[in-house]
Parts: sequence; structure tokens; C-alpha cells
Amino acid sequence: MALLEVQDLRVSFDTPDGTVRAVRGLSFSVDRGQTLAVVGESGSGKSVATQTITGLTRGAQISGTAYFEGTDLISADAATLRRLRGAEIGMIFQDPLSSLHPHYRIGWQIVEMIQAHDHEISKRAARRRAADLLTLVGIPRAAERIDDYPHQFSGGMRQRVMIAMAMALDPALLIADEPTTALDVTVQAQVLNVMRRLQEEFGTAIILITHDLGVVAEMSDEVIVMYAGAMMERAPRRDIFYRNHHPYTQGLLASLPAQSGKRLTPIAGSPPSLINLPKGCPFAARCPHVFDRCRVETPPATDVQGDPRHQSACWLDHNVTEAVAS
Amino acid sequence: MLVFLIRRIGHGILVLWLITLAVFGLFFVAPSNVAQSLAGRQATPETIALVKHRLGLDLPIWRQYLNFIENAAHGNLGFDYYHQVPVTTIIGQALPVTVSLALGAAVLWLLLGVFNGVISAVHPRSLADRGLTLFSLFFYSFPSFLLGLLLLYFLYFRLTLAGFEWFPAGGYTGITQELGSWVQHLILPWLALALLLAATYTRLTRGSMLDVLGEDYIRTARSKGIRESRVVVRHGLRSALTPVVTQFGIDLGQLVGGVVVIESVFSLPGLGKTAVTAINQQDLPVIIGIVLFASAAVVVANILVDIVYAVLDPRVRLH
Ligand SMILES: Nc1ncnc2c1ncn2[C@@H]1O[C@H](COP(=O)(O)OP(=O)(O)OP(=O)(O)O)[C@@H](O)[C@H]1O
Ligand code: SF4
Ligand SMILES: [Mg+2]
Repeated sequence: MALLEVQDLRVSFDTPDGTVRAVRGLSFSVDRGQTLAVVGESGSGKSVATQTITGLTRGAQISGTAYFEGTDLISADAATLRRLRGAEIGMIFQDPLSSLHPHYRIGWQIVEMIQAHDHEISKRAARRRAADLLTLVGIPRAAERIDDYPHQFSGGMRQRVMIAMAMALDPALLIADEPTTALDVTVQAQVLNVMRRLQEEFGTAIILITHDLGVVAEMSDEVIVMYAGAMMERAPRRDIFYRNHHPYTQGLLASLPAQSGKRLTPIAGSPPSLINLPKGCPFAARCPHVFDRCRVETPPATDVQGDPRHQSACWLDHNVTEAVAS
Repeated sequence: MLVFLIRRIGHGILVLWLITLAVFGLFFVAPSNVAQSLAGRQATPETIALVKHRLGLDLPIWRQYLNFIENAAHGNLGFDYYHQVPVTTIIGQALPVTVSLALGAAVLWLLLGVFNGVISAVHPRSLADRGLTLFSLFFYSFPSFLLGLLLLYFLYFRLTLAGFEWFPAGGYTGITQELGSWVQHLILPWLALALLLAATYTRLTRGSMLDVLGEDYIRTARSKGIRESRVVVRHGLRSALTPVVTQFGIDLGQLVGGVVVIESVFSLPGLGKTAVTAINQQDLPVIIGIVLFASAAVVVANILVDIVYAVLDPRVRLH
């Protein structure tokens, strides 16, 4: 059984301008110890979807299920979610500069996390554990630096601190929302290395949200491509790069910069408004292969070449695949 | 830190010195006829001259000023013109009243303001938020003397007429004499002084809290699985307090003005009321003594606020 099984997740926000349908019927699953990459342009609902699963989305209408080790996170009460957050599901976010509390020492912040879930552990033991974790993520002289404030660390070092904190209680799942986007290329590689090393050591499953297909190629086992709040294509990593089906996936790959580490240059045009979505395929306005049916009916995600691990939401023939990028 | 303290104390002394100059200057521009009134209406010019001499008023103004500074440096602020009581004694008697009034009001407005602000920010646009917004708007533009008079009218006058003698008309009982009576005498003045500022602080805390609760590190705190109350207070309020503390430092100076008015309205024998009486009687040493003392208190309080500020925010380096 999968560690996390999300079925038909829908999230919408009521705003003065209308209802923003940020996530529209998303289904996916993550296995233990595996890395699922989630890619897609800005605003495609990647953050909203993952934060909804952990109960961090506020003021939204939410439906669907998300079973995590037998518990439905969507219908779970606040106390259950709180017990899981941190202990079973760790999270790191895009901007390491603003994700740590500026007024508290980093050791204090890690200890707080440990003690929130482990009521037995002494302060001293929690501190020792925090220092060990900081060493593990490659912070030099961790025993001394544990009493430093976040502003005394560089961006890359702060993201390591975030990783140490997220991994402090050996969670089964780590959700990393663009963990390297704000960092420069060499630091990115180091941070990704740390994540991979910890994953091997602890057997953590990772949901890795990223704009960077280079990161996808390096880190992921499976990939979900999202567009306008819905899944366009899902496939094992190799298939996404070499046997992809969906025109949007192909557009993303075609716009991949020569060297990795840059944000994707988007495909011509821009995503549709999530308030007034046109009928049919959400990608129709930008799709080079668009035909009549696309503008009338919304394509469901169906198996590509009979492989249930590879699905595409597109009306084009599911027995033909095409590789764009090398 | 040490350099900062020394510099701030230096600034403070400079400010106090300028204030002595200003006050002396004022009385030079508008000379007093205190000797006349002391000597009585029918006094001969000789008697008046004698009184002047006894008070040192016959000396040139710069001489008077130098004498004052020299005495002040020895902790002697002079004697009042009418009863020859040391000014330090007068201040010492009035001080507990003013401190009770000011500190009590400050605690009340901070607690009310911060508590209400947090409630408003945690449930924006809720009934509580709307109610508190209304409360704030109501007291926002209420001069405290008017509020004081209204409180007196309704809670003292009308209540007492109706047979409920809950609140006295004014006056003061020392905290060491009887705690209950101390509170009873001060509760209306506290409210008069605190409500307006509580309203301001509610708005300030609400805005600051709303900003902070949208920060990434609040999301991180929630992602750690700690209690929401802890997220709001330890993580949210901790940051949101910085602008509140800054504002508190600014308002301390204003508090002095409020205290003068409220002490008069409620006939509290504090520094403010003493100063007003002294001004009416042109009792120069008392006026200068109180002004100087109040300024020193504000200067010291501001230094304390800066220290609190630095303790609250480790990124602030004191220069
Ligand atoms: N609280 C909210 N109220 C209204 N709309 C929201 C809210 N939160 C998110 N949205 C909208 O939901 C959509 C999806 O946002 P989301 O942050 O999930 O995108 P994303 O895929 O993570 O993008 P990025 O790559 O820029 O992080 C966006 O259009 C956003 O404006
Ligand atoms: S369904 Fe039509 S418009 Fe949508 S991606 Fe496929 S071909 Fe393009
Ligand atoms: Mg995002």
C-alpha cells in the first residue's frame, strides 16, 4: 500500500473576484522511500495541494481524501493533524531566509519541534539531538552554532537547518516545496545532496515541488506535471523525459534551458484564470495540437500505451509517444 | 551595548540641561511678581525688596541659574517659595501618586491593547474583531479629560445618586495603606488615561499581528505541529511586539501630559496637580524641579524601551 494516497483533491478559495479553483480533482500516490516530483508553472496549485494535505491551508473549501498510513488527512481533526505534522510529515519551504523565526536561536527552534512531539525527552537530550542533526546536514561546528540566530547563517546553511528540523523526528514523508529555488546553483547541488543522503539513511519518502527539470532528472522516481490545478501527466521519471505524451509536458521540456538551475521559460501564452476556467482542456489556448474536441470536453487522465503507471490527460492518441528533450 | 548606553545617557543629560535653560528663559521673558504676592498687597517696596533678597530673586538671572545648577548637581532642587519645603520632598510626596497612576494606566492599556489586538488578528472579520474595531474607533478620538469627566459623571455621580457608592469622586489612598481603596481611587483615572491608548494599541497590535501571521516562519511553526496558541503567542506575538514597544516609547512622553490633566480632573495629589498649582502660584523652584524630574523619567524610560527593543530582536545592534 502506498504511504500517501490522494484521491480527487479539490481546493477553492472564495475571493471578492470570485471562486479561485486552485486544485481541481488531483489524484496521486507516494510510496515509502520514493521521491515524487511535482512540476508545473507558477500558480498551477502545487503549494496549495501539498499544504492542504497537511492542514496548512486556511479559509478554503476542500474536498477529496488523502490517506496517510490509514488516516484521512482531509477529514482528520486539528489535533490529529498536529500530531502528524512534524513527527510523520516534515516540511521545508522555498525561502530559507524567511522560513526560520528571526528571533529565536536555531537550536531552540529544533528543540521546540522535538519536544512538541516527544514529551519524555529532556531538554538536554533534545539539544544533543539537534546538534547531531545539524552535523548530519553538514553544518560545521554544529555544537557551537546551535546557539546562533538564523541571520548569522547563509541561505544555503539556513536551508540545511530547515532540513535538519524537518528530519528531526525521522518522518515517513518529507514535503519539500521548491527547497532550492532561492539558492544559487552550487549551493542547490549541496542541499539536494543532503536531502538525498538523509533519504537513503532514513528511508524517507519525498514530495519534491520544483520548477527545475534538472532537479527532477536528478532526484525523482516519479513525476507529476500539473497545470491550472489539475494533473496533466504522471509517469516514472524516464518516461517523462523520453516517452512523454502530453503537449504541456513537451512544452516544459522544450523550454528547458541548456544548463539546469534556471527557472523554466514558460511556453507562449499564460495559464487560464482559475476563476473562469474555459470549457474543455485547460491547456487548449496554448496547445500546438489543439483540435475541436479539446475545447468542448475535458480530457480525463488515462493510461498511456496501456501502462497504468503512465497517465496523460489529453485527447491525443494514447498509443503514440514523443520525446522532445535529449 | 555599553557604548550605546553611555551615549544615550549623554544625550539625556544634554536634553535635561536644555530644559533647565528653556524654563529659566521663560521666566526671564515673563518675570514673576511672586515677591509682591508673598509680601502682601499693602507691602512697602522695602518689604518686597527684602522678600526678593531672601528668595535670591535680586540676583541677575545668570547668577540664579548657576546657583540652581550647582545645587541641582548636589541633589538639591531648592525650596518652594511659600513654605520653604525642599522641592525634593514635594516631589517625593507626589511621586507615588503619579507612579501609581501612570504605571497602572500603562499596564492596563498595554494589556488591553495587545490582548484585543491579538484576538482581532487571529479571527479577522469575526464578530469579536468587528466589536473591537468599533471599540477602538469610539475611543480613538476621545480626549482623555473628556473621558475622565464622563466617567466621573456616570460612574461616580449617577451611581452614587442611585445609591451605589462604588467609586469615589477623587483623591488618593496610598497602596501601603489599603490596597482595595488604592485600586478604588485609581480605577477611573486609569480607565480615563488608558482607554484611548488601548484603542490605539488594539489597532497597532492587530495590524502588526496580521502582518506577522502571514510570514513564512509562522507557516514553518505550524508545520512543526506545535499548538496553535503557541504559534500565535510564542511565534506571532513575539515578532508583532516590536512595533508596539517602539510606540510605547513614543507614548511615554505623551503620558506625562495626560497625567497632568487626569490628576487635575480627579484631584489626585500627584506631580501633575502639584505642577499646575505651582504654575498658578509662580512657584518657580517647584515648577523647574517637577519639569526636570519628569523629563529625566521620560529619558530613562526611553533608554529602558530601547534595551527591551534590543532584547526582543536579536538582529538589532545598538549603535
Ligand atoms: N489564500 C488564497 N486565496 C486565494 N487564492 C489563493 C490562495 N492561495 C493560493 N491561491 C491561488 O491558488 C493558485 C495556486 O497557487 P499555488 O501557490 O499552489 O501555486 P504554485 O503551483 O505553488 O506556484 P509557485 O510555483 O509560484 O509556487 C494561485 O492562482 C494562487 O493565486
Ligand atoms: S487535449 Fe487537446 S488541447 Fe489539451 S493538451 Fe491534448 S491536444 Fe492539447
Ligand atoms: Mg508554490
